[in-house]
Amino acid sequence: MNAIVEQTLRSATISVLVENESGVLARVIGLFSGRGYNIDSLTVAPVEDDRRKSRITIVTTGTELVIDQIKAQLDRLVPVYRVSDLSREGPHLARELALIKVIGQNQNRAEALRLADAFRARVIDATTESFVFELTGATDKLDAFLDLMRPLGLAEVSRTGVAAIARGTRTI
Amino acid sequence: MNALNTIAVSGAETLLRALRAQGVDVIFGYPGGAVLPIYDALFQQNAIRHILVRHEQAAVHAAEGYARSTGKTGVVLVTSGPGATNAVTGLVDALMDSIPVVCLTGQVPTHLIGNDAFQEADTTGITRQATKHNYLVKRSEDLARIVHEAFYVARTGRPGPVLIDLPKDILINPAPYDEPATGPHRSYRPRTEPDAARIAEAVRLIKTARRPILYTGGGIINAGPEASVLLGEFARLTGAPVTSTLMGLGAFPAANPAFLGMLGMHGTYEANLAMHGCDVMVNLGARFDDRVTGRLNAFSPGSKKIHVDIDPANINKNVVVDVPIVADATLALRALIEAWKSDATRQDRGALADWWARIETWRAKDCLKFTQSFEPGAIIKPQHAIKRLWELTRDRETYITTEVGQHQMWAAQHYRFEHPNRWMTSGGLGTMGYGLPAAMGTQLAHPDALVIDIAGEASILMNIQEMGTLAQYRLPVKIFILNNEYMGMVRQWQELLHGSRYSESYSAALPDFVKLAESFHAVGLRANTIDDLDRVIMDMIASDQPVIADIHVDRFENCFPMIPSGAAHNDMILGPEHEQEARDITDEGLVLV
Repeated sequence: MNAIVEQTLRSATISVLVENESGVLARVIGLFSGRGYNIDSLTVAPVEDDRRKSRITIVTTGTELVIDQIKAQLDRLVPVYRVSDLSREGPHLARELALIKVIGQNQNRAEALRLADAFRARVIDATTESFVFELTGATDKLDAFLDLMRPLGLAEVSRTGVAAIARGTRTI
Repeated sequence: MNALNTIAVSGAETLLRALRAQGVDVIFGYPGGAVLPIYDALFQQNAIRHILVRHEQAAVHAAEGYARSTGKTGVVLVTSGPGATNAVTGLVDALMDSIPVVCLTGQVPTHLIGNDAFQEADTTGITRQATKHNYLVKRSEDLARIVHEAFYVARTGRPGPVLIDLPKDILINPAPYDEPATGPHRSYRPRTEPDAARIAEAVRLIKTARRPILYTGGGIINAGPEASVLLGEFARLTGAPVTSTLMGLGAFPAANPAFLGMLGMHGTYEANLAMHGCDVMVNLGARFDDRVTGRLNAFSPGSKKIHVDIDPANINKNVVVDVPIVADATLALRALIEAWKSDATRQDRGALADWWARIETWRAKDCLKFTQSFEPGAIIKPQHAIKRLWELTRDRETYITTEVGQHQMWAAQHYRFEHPNRWMTSGGLGTMGYGLPAAMGTQLAHPDALVIDIAGEASILMNIQEMGTLAQYRLPVKIFILNNEYMGMVRQWQELLHGSRYSESYSAALPDFVKLAESFHAVGLRANTIDDLDRVIMDMIASDQPVIADIHVDRFENCFPMIPSGAAHNDMILGPEHEQEARDITDEGLVLV
């Protein structure tokens, strides 16, 4: 009996601990493009004191089977230490940072500042016609803030992509 | 530096020392500027033999043939730029068929990398998706470690090609030697031991099966000869029929009555119908390839599936299975056999007998049947040519390689393999031009054996330059060309799927293969009709020279049975012998290859 194949798409936040060597990011990206997997967000940086290990956080979308495939394919790469599906292995925290430039005058300017305050965005640059806000939070919070800024003169956004970690004592 | 106890050893010498430590005795290669230091070091030693091929692609296929016929890791040495890019097809071939190969490529000196230097290519970038893993050696002190690690990665887990890119300054500058590491690798730790609970679950399923089947693949061959012995024992214990993929032929003896032949697109009627109708399928070292499954949503719809694979990424990739077992095939079979013996469940032998009775009715169709006329001057049927080749070589230590196309499928159907490691064919990638260089590598490893490349007249021309290598090293490889003057498989698909419009599939302007053989210092033979066939085969076998036997066969013979693209296993086309009309192929099927 062929098992009923779950076709529902889900979003997965996958943390990958890798050897910090040249080409490792290209291997991961090549795997995703070569096999047709989605990348919604990808971040990477060295995470250990000796800088020999890097952590890649990938947010992807797929069916349960595809996400299992992605994890298995990542795990077989030689420089990969560990693959952890944060969205399946218990509660986790996911944050990203955005730098948001809003250009406007008068009423719009005051409104942007009020909303930034409500969202706990920091003003890190200001001119008489512009603000740059720094906002950290879950992806949907950033999306919501950007939606609000759009009519108020949203000019430019730079987002880091998601960094994620498990809650509690669990480690990768 | 203390001149008394530090004798500077060049990177090239350290490289060769590491290769020797890995048991390398043969390298297939082609020199060039960036690898000259290695060639200089090779010149000054005798432990490692270098075989000069005529094209870098052939070097990789030769290493594959060497690896597949011995179970050892094949080694390739090519220069930077075009040397490396020419090797790419071979690397992908080895990747798809899980063949352990280490490929050494030259590279421009480290300070020139990225400058578009002469014969520079981004080799690690180009081959990242063409290898299991690759390395660029940037520091001399990493050289020996990387070489040892490359061999470890190539041969463990699911084997595959590993490339090491070697900048010329790394080869010239002194490099320290390190012994192979003894502990586990930092990050790469393939799983080989099966999970005991899953093994027990699998055994219970097979014991209670009424219609079991063992579906075996190249993983059995890769696991080593013991896996084939264990497979024989497991098949005997279970009483289940055995079918094999193209890659797995020889792991289970073809003469064993439990063997149903190859399955899949050109598999036997009985193998495919048994796969379709089974209630428990045991996949041992195969990967549910599309050539095997046919239409996925109609693949063996009523069966529970057990899948033993060393690569976790193969589990649930194409077919969702009920009992996944990630393990080496030898260890898994050993565990299955032990669990079988200790499990008290009784098998329903009556149901098994009924299952076999059904299989025998399918087998009675004799789906590989063909009619060969023995009238003087009769045209040779390609199937008959293979059958006679088998009959006249079966008592010898014979290794068969193939190119890709109809001749390959006829060889798989009509040459009967009794032992593992005797059959070398390009399964996953389907690389025309594979067979001759693979035969070269096989002959090198087995100098006294009979090594035959079953070829087509189109495929053989893709690496025909290797005739020069055969002559130089006196490798008595036999090239058995089924010459139908067409790219036969292309022509067959055009006949069945594209209204017999034979677009560009005719082999025009063919060489005279007899003269071609002679010009390369080999023997050329030709069979035009059935009257010539046996004599040509026997002359070919008797020769101690390389031979091209040009066998002219029926130009319009098609390879049957065939599961058309997009069809299910129970929807096969049998040959004209069975007077079944070719059926319409859906548009959905037409887009498949």
